[in-house]
Amino acid sequence: MLLKDIIEKLNLKVYNEVNMDSDVKSAYSSDLLSDVMGNAKSGQVWITMQTHKNVASIAALKDVPAVIIVRNGVPDDDMLEFAKDNDVAVLSSSEPTFPLCGKLYELIK
Amino acid sequence: MHYTFDIEKGNFTNAGNASGSVKKTLKQLNVDPSSIKRIVVALYEAEINAVAHAYGGKIDIDIDGDKIVMVVADQGPGIPNIELAMTEGYSTASQKVREMGFGAGMGLPNMKKNTDKLDIQTELGVGTTITMTVFLKN
Repeated sequence: MLLKDIIEKLNLKVYNEVNMDSDVKSAYSSDLLSDVMGNAKSGQVWITMQTHKNVASIAALKDVPAVIIVRNGVPDDDMLEFAKDNDVAVLSSSEPTFPLCGKLYELIK
Repeated sequence: MHYTFDIEKGNFTNAGNASGSVKKTLKQLNVDPSSIKRIVVALYEAEINAVAHAYGGKIDIDIDGDKIVMVVADQGPGIPNIELAMTEGYSTASQKVREMGFGAGMGLPNMKKNTDKLDIQTELGVGTTITMTVFLKN
């Protein structure tokens, strides 16, 4: 499913609007950065509650098209700036991780 | 080609600069994407480890036709027990570092998994030098 359709269906807030036509087939949910670094695959959307700059940095290094921050998390200024410079979409959901993952899974399974 | 980057204690904001820069260079050199992915993971972990544990240091990267050699040399406390440090899940990271989502004890194992050669030289109270080699498939 295209990222822009996921945003609409899950009612996500958009902090950085890029990669809207990325075809999202999978996602990775983790708050441990080394776990994401070691195990996330390029093209996956990353669901996390972390909001600092290293999140955007890892997303860019791993070719992750979008980060979804849970529970209305707000990206730090330097995270958002890095994401804008490196073409990573930054989104936010009002949901906690579990229901968000469940809803996204239903959409793209 | 030779590149050098500085490591500054506790500066997580700039951690990832070397990995990002190397990724761009390797892409320009048309290095196989699967090799780039491995190199980036290993180098990022080494950068983070040095920022989180050491007092400062330097990264030297050499790329030639068939391999990349990355040397991350820090002045720091050294690693008391390398075998333990290589164990997935073992970490000596501070609470602050853990709250950022680092310190999961996956750094050195990720470096090992994603390189063809990993050499660790460490001396307590002096520092650690990590040398990582990845052979490139063009």
